[in-house]
Amino acid sequence: MNLWNKLMCYSRRHSPWLFHMNGGSCNGCDIELIASLTPRYDAEQLGVRLEGSPRHADILCITGPITSNAVGAIKTVYDQVCGPKAVIAIGSCPATTNVFIDSRTLAGPLNKHIPVDVFVPGCPPRPDAIILGVAKAAEILAERAGKKQPAEPIVMPLVGPGCGGACACGSSTEAKCEEVAQ
Amino acid sequence: MNLITALARLLIFPGLLFAVPAAWFFLWVERKAVARMQGRIGPPFMQPFFDFIKLLGKSTPPRAGIGGLLMRAWPFIAVSSAAGAVGLLPVLPASGGFQGDLILLLALLELPSMCIIAAGFSSGSIFGEIGSAREAVLSVSYNIVFLLAIVSIAASQHTFSLSALAQQSASPLRWLGVIAILVCLPAKLHLNPFSLPNAEQEIYSGPMTEYAGPELAMWELSHGLEWVAATGLVATLAAPVFTLWWVAALVFVALCFAIVLLLSAVAAATARLQIDTTVRFYWQCTLIFAVLAVASALFMRFRA
Repeated sequence: MNLWNKLMCYSRRHSPWLFHMNGGSCNGCDIELIASLTPRYDAEQLGVRLEGSPRHADILCITGPITSNAVGAIKTVYDQVCGPKAVIAIGSCPATTNVFIDSRTLAGPLNKHIPVDVFVPGCPPRPDAIILGVAKAAEILAERAGKKQPAEPIVMPLVGPGCGGACACGSSTEAKCEEVAQ
Repeated sequence: MNLITALARLLIFPGLLFAVPAAWFFLWVERKAVARMQGRIGPPFMQPFFDFIKLLGKSTPPRAGIGGLLMRAWPFIAVSSAAGAVGLLPVLPASGGFQGDLILLLALLELPSMCIIAAGFSSGSIFGEIGSAREAVLSVSYNIVFLLAIVSIAASQHTFSLSALAQQSASPLRWLGVIAILVCLPAKLHLNPFSLPNAEQEIYSGPMTEYAGPELAMWELSHGLEWVAATGLVATLAAPVFTLWWVAALVFVALCFAIVLLLSAVAAATARLQIDTTVRFYWQCTLIFAVLAVASALFMRFRA
């Protein structure tokens, strides 16, 4: 790996630009995604920028259980994002269709239609978990370079208070979870 | 100014070799200042550089025909004209220059805005067209004030040469012109409250909506170079005269930095105005101010 490739990998990891798309979400996850950019969480420290146009984006963030109306739009937008690109499914809905499972108006889950790199489960996930997912997706993006999609998507652990010991901190006490979350 | 010094000024100092890092630095200062004003920490120091490299490594959508060729050409024209504008700035005293280089600087500063208008229309995107139309309306309204301010400064000091203007000490009349130019800068640099052409959340990215990869990197770079050229012009006109060259260069950089901070603070503290409010602001409030400046400059000149 020469110097230019190293620089490119480093730059891709440090400048993930997001495009946010709603696939029939209840707006809960959308609010959390916006919250991760606000002063309390400030994802811009990682170089994250929320872009208006899919042409500018590196990472496609999709929320919602993917209604049959949204499928065409999601495929179009996925093709409009220029490579190398990564996809994050935010919330439990795009991963499993959540409580809407077996509804006849749905065409989910998301990975039936486009390849997904990172799942961030939660209903809704905390902003910390979303930022962790974006960082993970940026790493995948940096390693992807010439390669196509990876074999297995990554499922992020639950983060934050009330996770019942399932979170990354490996402890069941709320205080420890809070510490990791901050 | 012979060919070699002209090339050195365009390519080395204050041209590309100096201006490109300066452009990235100013873009970072803008984002960081806005973040600090909002109570955030903001992006790391090298962020605009990382963004630029990353964009260079992305693919672009296929573009066919003459329209596609033009779409690829606009960002490069914008970058080269902005770099040329920076190259004309008399950062070092006695660095050459010629009678009328102020007019050339104004033309080169205006070219990126023309490219943005053309790019939006040639992209064929509805958001690009709305953004281009707004940019056109905006440039018609702020440019009159901008040009009148420059004319008033030039008329009061009897010269259209930048280095001659930099050598003379500022008169009270020149301050009037400098303030008028400062009022125009947010519109020229697409900052709040006049960020109408690239209004995010409203028309996506305006004229840039269809651009991706290296072309978008060039647009970012041309925006940064516009920052350097525009703040450099104000710093040239406002800086006091020093005989030591390094003191002059230091004061120049410090003034540029102060102007970037001022504009970012205004951008963070204000919300976007509507297009008709913006046009009214420039035509009604500041035009009167600029006409007064020109009239008094001409009056002073004929009395002297």
